[in-house]
Amino acid sequence: MFPASFGYIAARSVEEALELMAKHGEEGKLLAGGHSLIPAMKLRLQSPRTLIDLGTVPGLRGVRVDGSNLVIGALTVHTDVASSELVRQHLPGLADAASVIGDMQVRNRGTIGGSVAHADPAADLPVILTALNACFAVQSPTASRTLAVDDFFTDFYTTAMNSDEILTEIHVPIPPAGTGSAYAKLPHPASGYVVVSAGALITRQTSGTCASARIAIGGLGSGPIRAVATEMELQGKPLTPQMIAAAAAKAAEETEPVEDSYAGAEYKQHVATIYARKAIEAAVERAKG
Amino acid sequence: MHTEPWDSDLANASFEINSSHMNGGTLSMTAEAEYAAVPINVAVNGIKYDAVVEPRTLLVYFLREHLGLTGTHVGCDTSQCGACTVHLNGRAVKSCTVLAVQANGAEVKTVESLADGDNFHPVQEGFHEKHGLQCGYCTPGMIMTAVQLLETNPNPSDDEIKHALEGNLCRCTGYVNIVESIKWAAEKMRKG
Repeated sequence: MFPASFGYIAARSVEEALELMAKHGEEGKLLAGGHSLIPAMKLRLQSPRTLIDLGTVPGLRGVRVDGSNLVIGALTVHTDVASSELVRQHLPGLADAASVIGDMQVRNRGTIGGSVAHADPAADLPVILTALNACFAVQSPTASRTLAVDDFFTDFYTTAMNSDEILTEIHVPIPPAGTGSAYAKLPHPASGYVVVSAGALITRQTSGTCASARIAIGGLGSGPIRAVATEMELQGKPLTPQMIAAAAAKAAEETEPVEDSYAGAEYKQHVATIYARKAIEAAVERAKG
Repeated sequence: MHTEPWDSDLANASFEINSSHMNGGTLSMTAEAEYAAVPINVAVNGIKYDAVVEPRTLLVYFLREHLGLTGTHVGCDTSQCGACTVHLNGRAVKSCTVLAVQANGAEVKTVESLADGDNFHPVQEGFHEKHGLQCGYCTPGMIMTAVQLLETNPNPSDDEIKHALEGNLCRCTGYVNIVESIKWAAEKMRKG
């Protein structure tokens, strides 16, 4: 299988890539790791006339601390996110998610920015990045801005980025002491994509009660679903196994799954209670330190 | 090393692949001018190649059809099966999902790079010793994935081997022996 013919330009800088995007308009498409785009092009689901390669732009890879944030370059591949000492230390939930994407070969090529910008409703990273309250740094020819994750995933395969913008960095707040994060996923047995997944960020007081929580459910909507009511209810409550199980069940109730060829709605919602519980339990364990 | 000038007449472009070990096998292709062919320089199994490729050329076809390295197989052609696994800058990747132009300036290693003359790589030997293959179609990809695993984890558990092989499918259901083969290789490599 071959993609339809296209022109290829290796961008040398973000500025050059922005100029090329302006020049080629809707017929141009950015290429990062290519692990969503190239398969789609081979199936002729996408046939851009020009590919603008960001893989040749220096400075878009790596993980660093910047003030109170962990900053991850958009072109950082999943393998490097999963094995980063900074990520494992501060955001173990993100390491969980990055290490269960696709398979080893896919993780060696696929990038965090590519996954986020593609906004596949069955992707892993949008879910955990929602729980982790990430921000996305984007650049246009005239301005830079950051978008909060809660406003970012607007629909199936759609983000709040404008068509003239490039995602350059993912900013994730470094959680305070006593915080744990985790990600749990039921993968589709054939594709490895998310059937249902959950991400949790829990800050625990030394007394054992919940200081704050962020919980996101994946696979059950057009993008990650934040279980806002559950988060509020957990605040100030003791993080006992019973309380966690009740919170997980409530988080699942905050979703409205639809049946698809793999599973029914009722099944998916039930599975969501299990994976939400796994994520919250693991986050609480890590919060204990 | 001899380098041909990039032929700018792309309406009927022909190009040569040049390397210090090849006699310039000429391949011709046509491309519309707007989809201009792109010059690339790739080191494959330690040999540097200059080539001019159509942007849509997948790395696996560049290796197989342009360079004649048919050890790398095309299985599903949809990034699932891993038969096309090669190392790109030291990392296992599915070469059916990498454009040849993305390998510009990179080092590629294929299964052909493993044996030293008649001496098999320990992973190849392991697949022989432990009957890690039946039809053999998935084997080059399995081996390239296993080689990367053992480079980063010289003593993997069964579970770690299975996790590493998630992206490699065997339709002869030979997984048990494949895991045994890799354990055999790991032990041999640890002993040195």
